[in-house]
This record gives sequence, C-alpha cells and structure tokens, in this order.
Amino acid sequence: MTLFRSPRAVPYLLLTPALVVIAAVILVPLAVSLWSSFTAYNLTRPATLYSFVGLRNYARLLNNADFWWAFGRTLVFITVTLNLELVLGLGLALLVNQVTMGRKVLRTIMMFPMMFSPILVGFQFKYIFNDAVGLVNNALFDLGLITQPIPWLVDGTLAPLSIMAAEIWMSTSVFAILLLAGLLALPKEPIEAAKVDGCGPIQVFRHITLPFLMPFIFIAMTIRSLDVARAYDMVRIMTNGGPAGRTELLWTLMARVGYQNSQMGMANAMGYVSILTSILFTVYFYRKLVVARRYMGGVE
Amino acid sequence: MAEIKLTKVVKRYGALGVVHGIDLSIAHNEFVVLVGPSGCGKSTTLRMIAGLEDISDGEIRIGNRVVNGLPPRDRNVSMVFQNYALYPHMNVRENLGFGLGIAKVPAPEIERRVNQAAEILGLQPYMDRLPANLSGGQRQRVAMGRAIVRDPDVFLFDEPLSNLDAKLRGQMRVEIKKLHQRVKTTVVYVTHDQVEAMTLADRIVIMRDGHIEQVGTPAEVFERPVNVFVAGFIGSPPMNLIDAVVTTEGLRPAARLADGVVVPLPAGVSVSEGQRITLGLRPDDITPQGHGMPGTGETLRLEREVALAEPLGTETILFTRLGDKEIQAKMLNPRVVTPGETLPFVVDLARLHVFDAADGRSLKA
Ligand SMILES: Nc1ncnc2c1ncn2[C@@H]1O[C@H](COP(=O)(O)OP(=O)(O)OP(=O)(O)O)[C@@H](O)[C@H]1O
Ligand SMILES: [Mg+2]
Repeated sequence: MTLFRSPRAVPYLLLTPALVVIAAVILVPLAVSLWSSFTAYNLTRPATLYSFVGLRNYARLLNNADFWWAFGRTLVFITVTLNLELVLGLGLALLVNQVTMGRKVLRTIMMFPMMFSPILVGFQFKYIFNDAVGLVNNALFDLGLITQPIPWLVDGTLAPLSIMAAEIWMSTSVFAILLLAGLLALPKEPIEAAKVDGCGPIQVFRHITLPFLMPFIFIAMTIRSLDVARAYDMVRIMTNGGPAGRTELLWTLMARVGYQNSQMGMANAMGYVSILTSILFTVYFYRKLVVARRYMGGVE
Repeated sequence: MAEIKLTKVVKRYGALGVVHGIDLSIAHNEFVVLVGPSGCGKSTTLRMIAGLEDISDGEIRIGNRVVNGLPPRDRNVSMVFQNYALYPHMNVRENLGFGLGIAKVPAPEIERRVNQAAEILGLQPYMDRLPANLSGGQRQRVAMGRAIVRDPDVFLFDEPLSNLDAKLRGQMRVEIKKLHQRVKTTVVYVTHDQVEAMTLADRIVIMRDGHIEQVGTPAEVFERPVNVFVAGFIGSPPMNLIDAVVTTEGLRPAARLADGVVVPLPAGVSVSEGQRITLGLRPDDITPQGHGMPGTGETLRLEREVALAEPLGTETILFTRLGDKEIQAKMLNPRVVTPGETLPFVVDLARLHVFDAADGRSLKA
C-alpha cells in the first residue's frame, strides 16, 4: 500500500483511468485484430479465432486480384481527388484572400460542406447523379445537351468520377481553409522584394507564395490522404462498390469480406496492409513537410 | 540617366492624407536622404517611388518616364527593406541571383555578377546558407547585394541599418558611402537617424507630417535651418531652443530671456520691439571659456552653474540653465567638471539662430 501512497506514484494513479480506457478501446482491439489477421477467424465460427494460420491470409492477399484492383483504385482515387482538391482549394483560397470585405463570412460558408456527414453527402450526390430524377440529368435535358439520360452511377467509367466529384465537393474546403491560413500568414516583405526584383504576379506566386505555402499544402495532403484512404461511407451509399466492382475501394472490399463473407481474419489482414500504406503516405508527406518548413525558419 | 522628379505627390489612405503634395527633384547619381520623425511619410514616399504603393495624386518621373502607372518591375529600381525581406527559402547565392534570373540574364553572367557583389560585400563564406542561419549584419549585406547585382537606375533604402547594433551601423554606413562612390547611381535613402543623414547625403530632405520642411545639403540644413523643426531635428545633441522677447533698447535688437539675460541678435535679423521669438543655440556654440572652437566674431560671456556633466571622451556635454530652459553646452578638450561648479561660458553670437515664436520660421536672412 505504501507504493500507491508515495508521491511519485500520484501521476500514474491519476493517469490510470485514461490508460485503461485507451487500452480498452484502442490497444486491445488493435492487438486482437492484428492477431486475427494471422488466424482463419470466421465471424460465424468464433472458435476459428484460435486457429493460427501464420501468414496464410497475407500470402493469399498477394495473389488476390480483387484486392489489388481495390488497392490500385484506392491509390488512383487518392491521387486524383487530392490533386484536384489541391488545385481547387488553392484557387478558392487565393480568391478569398483577394476579398477585402466579408472574408470571415466567406470562410464560414466555405466550411459548410465539411459540416455534413459523409453519409448525407453520399445520399445527396446519389440523388444528384440519379439517372432518372437526378439534378444533373434534368439540367442537361433542359439545356438540350442530352437526349438520353446519362447513367452516372451505373456506368463503369462515370461512377468513380461521380464519387470523386462528391468527395471533392465535400473536402475541397479543407485545402481551402488550410491554404487560406497560409496565405494570411504570408509575410508581405519578400513579396514586395520580389516585385521590385522584377517579378510579375505569376512569378511572385511561383517563386515566393507557393514555396511558402508548401508546408500548408503538405499538412493538408497528410490529413486528406488519411481521410480518403479510408473512404467508405460515401461509396457504400452511392454505388456500394458497383457497377461490377468498378468503385470497390479497400474499405468497401474489407467490409464485404469481413461482414458479408464473415472472413474476419482475411479482412483484418487487408486492413493492416492498407494501414501500412497509409503510414507510408503519411511518412512521405511528413518528410516533405519537414523539408519545406526548414527554410521557413528565416521568415521574420 | 535616372533623375527622379516628384510633382505634387499625394498619398491618401481612404480619407486619411499621409503625404500632402510634395515636390522633389533628385539629380542623376545624387544621394538623397529623407529624414523625419516616425510616421511622417518617409517610407510611404519611398514606396511610391518603388511602385509598391500607388500614387493618389501628382506625378513621379524616373528618367524621363512618368512611372505612376508602372508596376515595380518596369521601373528598374532596387530596394533594400528595413527588415531585409530576404527570400527565406533561398540560400544567399539564390537570393542574390534571383532578380537576374527573373530578368533572364544568362547563367554565367549571373554567376559573375553574384560573385562580384559577394566579393564587394564580403559574403563569399556564406553563399550556401539560408537567411535563417545568418546574423543581422550578414542579412543586411545580402539585402544590399541583392540590390546591387541588378545594376538598377535607382537604389531605394528604407532604414536599412536600423536593426543593427551601433558599431555595425557605423561600419555599414561607411560601406554604403564607399559603395555609392564606387557604383555611381541615384540613391534615395530613408532614415530617422540624423547622423546617417548628415554623413551619407548629398542632399537631405527633412519631412514632417507628410510635408517637406527643407531640402538642402547637410551643411545648409545644419547652418541655415528654415524653421524651428528642422533646427531641432538636425544636430546632435539637439539645438537649444529658448523663448525670448525682442528688445530694441540697446544699439541693436537683442533678445531678453526669461531670466533677464539679454543676448544681442546677429546682424540681418528682421525683428520688431516686443516680438516673441525662439532663440536657437547649438551646444557647439556655447562653450566654457578655453574649451571651444576659437570664435571669429562677437561673443557673449555668461557665468553659469553646471547641473550635470556627461563625459563622452573627446568632449563633455554640460547641462546648465539659460532663460527658462535647461540647455546643453559642449566642452572640448574636457577636464573633470563637478556638478554645481560655475563656469564662464562663451556664446558665439554670429551663430545664433532666431525663429519667430508663432510660426517657427527662421528670421535670419
Ligand atoms: N496601409 C495604411 N493605411 C493607413 N495608414 C497608413 C498605412 N500605411 C501607413 N500609414 C500611415 O501613414 C503615415 C506614414 O507612414 P510611413 O510608414 O510612411 O512613416 P515613416 O515616416 O516611414 O515612419 P517610420 O520612421 O516609423 O518608418 C503613418 O502615420 C502611418 O500610420
Ligand atoms: Mg518607415
């Protein structure tokens, strides 16, 4: 008992509840899921949680074309949406930065899409892209641009694009907000120096503004790459991986394998592969961030 | 050729006027210094010449072009900013060469000019460092180097030395002076340090509240200030300004001070009996007997008690009273002075300044 009463034990005692909670909700599930990825765990047969199969799940994954398609699709999805969001967000931030009055209001309005639950955004875009009653097709009809409805969510090429549109609509403002913060913090002097040094507006942007924004861009990239890598809800609502698996991403595939096929061991193995990939992305962007930040130490 | 001509230049921020129609001509290769107290519009004027601030009214010419509508890059000016404004993500070499690169100067030529500037400014050891890893003085030199590599028509300096310590400031002042002798160009230099102004300028422009008070060579503004403001601003320690009333009882007009002392006014001052005036007396012109410049003209002797002595080495500043003011006097070849000691002071009457007390105008012809 004296052990618990010693002053040095106090901080640990006080931290215990928090540690217990963290262990219960994070560490234990993490450990269990890691363990289960080495077993033939099937949801319908709980006993299989103890049938250790070593790396068999991972070995199968490597030869599983569906998995690699979903993996590749996720990477393409991340790359395309992040880059488009970057370009659009940057444009938006630059525009808002030009505004002198009502900037705060604009900033708030800009954040509206982020306030919606992704599920609702999914429903909303499912409706917008609906081939019979959707807004897009109706608009195109009324403008006389099409005579046949376009099957946005059913066509193998258009469906991924529609999902990207929804994702971009929802999250461009993440980039816009972060980059706007960067623009607001932009020191005035180097820009003026560059103007005197002979730069036009585009050169100022290219040589001064953009390098300065780089850390902000990488922060936004890091956050968003993690976000997009686990895209699930919107896809689930809009296409549920269809048509014919053309919008199947890692997490929709995992959910299908884990809950529909009950192959939890396999799903967890997929989960770990995708988490490792996410970590690699994060490390990559973080490295870039550190490099970009290094020389910003000179800003005064 | 790059003379600069400001004609009735006005700067307003909304309804707030900051520069009120100034006229100024700067000759080719002239070194002009703008001085004035904080907030008087020096930087604003400089930035209008650079093109960083648009001109509300009036006209600015550089060479024979009106530049009002031209962006900075079309004016061929270089500017050194108060806080250096280096590009934080470029090393010293890139900072120096940036402007040339933008101007599409061929790489070997950039290299040559950058190295030349680095040599002039002693920057070679730091060429690969980022600005964050340089000391204030080094950054200042990079900022200057960035300006000189471009070989502009006009150099603009905005208090380039104000962030440096006293010693470095002195050194850099000399460097700038040398640089101007070597690289002849038109320079407009802003400072609120009147020592910098006096030492660097071909001509000094003294500004106050968006107006130009006086333009002249350092000697002119020092010896013939047009008003009390200029008189008090130029010179260190500052000129003693003492209220007085004109009396014409004697042979010629004199000033009666609050303590009853009567000081004969120099010839050529137009005053009338009873007029309120401000006497201007530089510390250099009131010195203890035997401790001043040998005066050439008429002098006045005054016995004064010293309240405080500030020894500066080659001279001592003595604080005493005259009229209703505490004044400063200068003692050359100083000896130790103890507070409370009474000394015989000599006032060089020919060098007295006389200003109208009402509007501050100089009454000396
Ligand atoms: N963007 C602005 N909006 C409104 N007023 C301004 C703006 N910029 C400067 N001013 C005002 O203009 C006046 C002149 O400013 P300026 O920077 O030219 O002064 P300065 O002579 O350079 O002073 P200092 O020696 O302190 O640098 C100041 O009163 C300042 O408050
Ligand atoms: Mg200033």
